[in-house]
Amino acid sequence: MKRSALGAVVLGAVAAFGFALSAEAKTLVYCSEASPEGFNPQLFTSGTTLDATKPLYNNLVEFIVGTTRVQPALAEKWSISDDGLTYTFMLRKGVKFHGKNFTGTRDFNADDVLFSFERQLDKNNPYYKVSGGTYEYFNDMDMPNIIKSVDKVDDYTVRFTLNHPEAPFLADLAMAFSSIMSKEYADAMMAAKTPEQVDLEPVGTGPFTLESYEKDAVIRYAAAPTYWGRKPRIDHLVFAITPDAEVRWAKLKANECQVMPYPNPADVADMMKDPDIKVLHQEGLNVGYLAFNTTHKPFDDVRVRQAVYYAINRDAILKAVYQGAGRKAKNPIPPTMWSYNNSVRDYPYDPAKAKALLAAAGLKDGFQTNLWAMPVQRPYNPNAKLMAEMMQADLQKVGIDAKIVTYEWGEYLKRSKNGEHDMVLLGWTGDNGDPDNFLNQLLSCAAATDGGNRARWCYKPFDDLVQQAKQTSDISKRTALYMQAQVVFKQQAPWVTIAHSVVYEPIRKNVVGYKVDPFGLHVFNDVGLK
Amino acid sequence: MLRFIVTRVGLVIPTFIGITLLTFAMIRLIPGDPIEMLAGEHGIDPARHAELLHQYGFDRPLLVQYAVYVGQVLQGNLGISLSTHAPVIRDFLQLIPATIELSLAAMLFAVLLGLPAGMLAATHRGRFLDHSVMGLSLTGYSMPIFWWGLLLILLFSVNLGWTPVSGRIDIAYDFDSVTGFMLIDSLLSGQDGAFTSALSHLILPAIVLGTIPLAVIARMTRSSLLEVLNEDYVRTARAKGLSPMRVLWVHALRNALIPVITVIGLQVGTLMGGAILTETIFSWPGIGRWLVESIARRDYPVLQTGVLLVASMVILVNLSVDLLYGLVNPRIRHVR
Repeated sequence: MKRSALGAVVLGAVAAFGFALSAEAKTLVYCSEASPEGFNPQLFTSGTTLDATKPLYNNLVEFIVGTTRVQPALAEKWSISDDGLTYTFMLRKGVKFHGKNFTGTRDFNADDVLFSFERQLDKNNPYYKVSGGTYEYFNDMDMPNIIKSVDKVDDYTVRFTLNHPEAPFLADLAMAFSSIMSKEYADAMMAAKTPEQVDLEPVGTGPFTLESYEKDAVIRYAAAPTYWGRKPRIDHLVFAITPDAEVRWAKLKANECQVMPYPNPADVADMMKDPDIKVLHQEGLNVGYLAFNTTHKPFDDVRVRQAVYYAINRDAILKAVYQGAGRKAKNPIPPTMWSYNNSVRDYPYDPAKAKALLAAAGLKDGFQTNLWAMPVQRPYNPNAKLMAEMMQADLQKVGIDAKIVTYEWGEYLKRSKNGEHDMVLLGWTGDNGDPDNFLNQLLSCAAATDGGNRARWCYKPFDDLVQQAKQTSDISKRTALYMQAQVVFKQQAPWVTIAHSVVYEPIRKNVVGYKVDPFGLHVFNDVGLK
Repeated sequence: MLRFIVTRVGLVIPTFIGITLLTFAMIRLIPGDPIEMLAGEHGIDPARHAELLHQYGFDRPLLVQYAVYVGQVLQGNLGISLSTHAPVIRDFLQLIPATIELSLAAMLFAVLLGLPAGMLAATHRGRFLDHSVMGLSLTGYSMPIFWWGLLLILLFSVNLGWTPVSGRIDIAYDFDSVTGFMLIDSLLSGQDGAFTSALSHLILPAIVLGTIPLAVIARMTRSSLLEVLNEDYVRTARAKGLSPMRVLWVHALRNALIPVITVIGLQVGTLMGGAILTETIFSWPGIGRWLVESIARRDYPVLQTGVLLVASMVILVNLSVDLLYGLVNPRIRHVR
C-alpha cells in the first residue's frame, strides 16, 4: 500500500506512541453517538448520558449486564416485608468513593443512600435545585408517589417505606437515577459554595473515574484503583464522540474504535462479512405498535380491531421497513422479558377473514378513518411513513380508507396523547425490564385517562390482572398474572403489535466480555481487550 | 472616513435587533416545547408540565419573554442551556475555537487553490485548461457536502489509510486545552507527533468545508480578471511592451482582486453553514453541530444565543471587510 510522506510520519508517530501506551495500559475506545448532557444520571434521561455515567457509579442493586435480572451491588442483601411496603437493604462495607480531585475520608454508608434519594425527593433538600434539577426520570417512574420515606436504621442498613405495594420497585432501584452519590463530597462542595461541582466533576463508587471531558469530542475514563468489585480489565476507557453512523463504521474498520452503537441498517450485511468485526445482536426491549383509539367509532368494536389485525400483512412490513432488523411482535412485551407468553396465538394475514369480521360488525362497505405516522425514526420503528403507506394499501384491500396524518414529533406526541387519532403508530422502549413498565404504563385504565395508553383502552379484566401483579413481589405469581393478561390483550386487540426491533452492535474481534444491553445502554464494566 | 465608519457600524444595530427577533420568534414557531421533547413517549403529567413551563418562564406572554431575553443579553447574561444546565456562553467558548480553526484552514485551502485556478482559467480563456477549471469548480460548487465528506473518508481514511477518519487528534494524545486551537495546543503540549496528528486530522474536513468557497473564489477570480484584462489600461500596459507576467501580476490582478476580497468576506457565512454538516461528518467539536442539536431539543437559550453569537461574528467579519475595503479603495468611502 502506498502512503504519503505525511501519512507515514503521522502513522509512525501514532503507532510509536500507541505502542508505548499499550505496553503499559490497555485502552478501549467506544465511538459513542453524541455528547452526554452531563455526568449526573439523576438529572438526565437520554441513553447517551446514562452510558456516560454508567462507568462512574453504582446502585444498591444492579442489572446483571446483558439481562433484566437484578443482582446485589452496594446492597449486599435485602428483605421485603410481606405487605410489600418495606424494603430493608444491608449495605456493603469498605466501599470507597473516588473522583479526579476528591478522595473521601470515609467509606460509603447509609448517609450516601439517603442523600442520593433525598436530593430528588425532598424539595427542601439544599441540593434539590442545584444544576436546575428537575429529576425527570425519577418523576417519570412515579418515585415521589411510590416512596413514602427513606430511613437510616444504622450506618449500614437503610429502609425504604412505600406508599403502596410496588413490585417493580427493586428494578427501579437498579435504574440510573438511583445511582449513589457521595454525601461527604456534596457537603464539602456546599461548604465551598460550589454545589454544582458535584454534577460537573463526578465522584462515585464505580469501576472508573472521569479523567476529562471535551464537549462533542472525547470522554476519558481511568480504571479506579480503589474499586470494590472486580477490577476492570482495561486501564482506560475512551468515548470518541462520533455522531454519524457511516463515520462510526469507518472508524471501527480503521481500528480507531473497537465498539460502536447504532449502525446503519444498510451496513450490517457488510459488517458481518468483515473478518475483523463481530456483529452482536439481540431483540431490543421495545415494541412498535399500531394503537386503535377505542373511544372512537368503529374501533370501540373488537371485531373491527381484529379485522385490521387480519388485514395487515406484517411479514411484508417487517421485510420492507425493518430490513431484517426486527422480529414480528405478537405480545405487547418483548420476548427477552420475563413472563413473555409464547403460547399466545397470533393473528395471521387473512384479508378474507378481515372482510368477514367487518361485515359482521355492519361495515360491509368499509369506512373512512385516519392513520397517524410518526415523523421521526425511533428504535422500534425505523420508518413510520413507509409502514403507514403499506398499511394503507393493505387496508384499502378490505375496504378501509385510511388517510395518513403526520405532525411534528412533539405535536404528534401531544395530540395522540389527547386522543385525536383513530389509529396511531407509536412504540415504547422499556425502562426497568419489568412487564409492569409495558402492560401498566401503556395499557392500564389509569394510563387511558392520562393518555399514555394511546388506545384509550380501559378493559377491567385486563386491568385487574395487571394491578394485582403490581401488588405482589412473588415473581411466579406475577408471571402467571402477566401471562394471562397477554391472552386477554390479544383477544381484545387494542393494538396491532408490529415488531420488536433487533439491536445490532458491531465490535472488533479483540474485544471480550461485551454484551448487548437489553435496555439499549452500553456497559463497559467487564469488557476487556485481547 | 469617520463618517463612513459610523454609518457602517450604525447599520449593525438594527441587524442585531432583527436577528434576536427572528431567532426568538422562529424557534418558538416550531411546534412542541422543550419539556415535551424531553419527555418523549413517556409523556409528562400536565401539572408537572405547567410547573416546569413556569419554572423556565415559558408560560409568560411572548413579548414579555422577548423583553426579558433582550434585557438579559444586554446585561451580559446569555442564558443557561435547558438540556445540559450549563451556561450557554461556556459551551460556546469551548466549542468556537474548533469551528474557527476549521474555517480558517478551509479558507486557506480555498484561497491558495482558488486564486491560481481562477487566474489560470482567465489567462487560458476558452481553452482546455479554462474549461477544466470551470467544470471542476461547478462540480465542487454543486457537491453535497455530506456525500463529498464520506467519499473522501472512504478513499483516504479507510482504503488508503493516509488520514484519520474523524476527530481533532489521535486518542493517544491527552493534554489540557490552552487556546482551544488544536494546532497550537498540540505544539504547546510538547508531545511528540501531536502536531502532525492534529494537522492530519484537519486535512479532510478543511478540504470538504473549503470546496464550495474554493469554487466560488476560482470563478470570481476568473470573471473579475477577464473583465480587468479587457480594460484600456491593460491594453496600454501591453502596448508599452511590458511582459505578460508583469501585466497580469502587477497591473491586472491588483484591481481584479477587489471583488474577490468581498466574496471571500461573504464566504464566512457559507463556512458557518457548511460547518454544520462538516462538523457532523468529521465528529468535529464545533458550534455547528451544537446548534443543530439544540433545534432538535428545542433548547431555546442555546439556539437564541448561539445564533446571535455566530451572526455577530459574521457581521463583524463583514464589517471589517467593508472597512478594510474603504481603506484600500478611497473611492468607496467617499461615495455617499
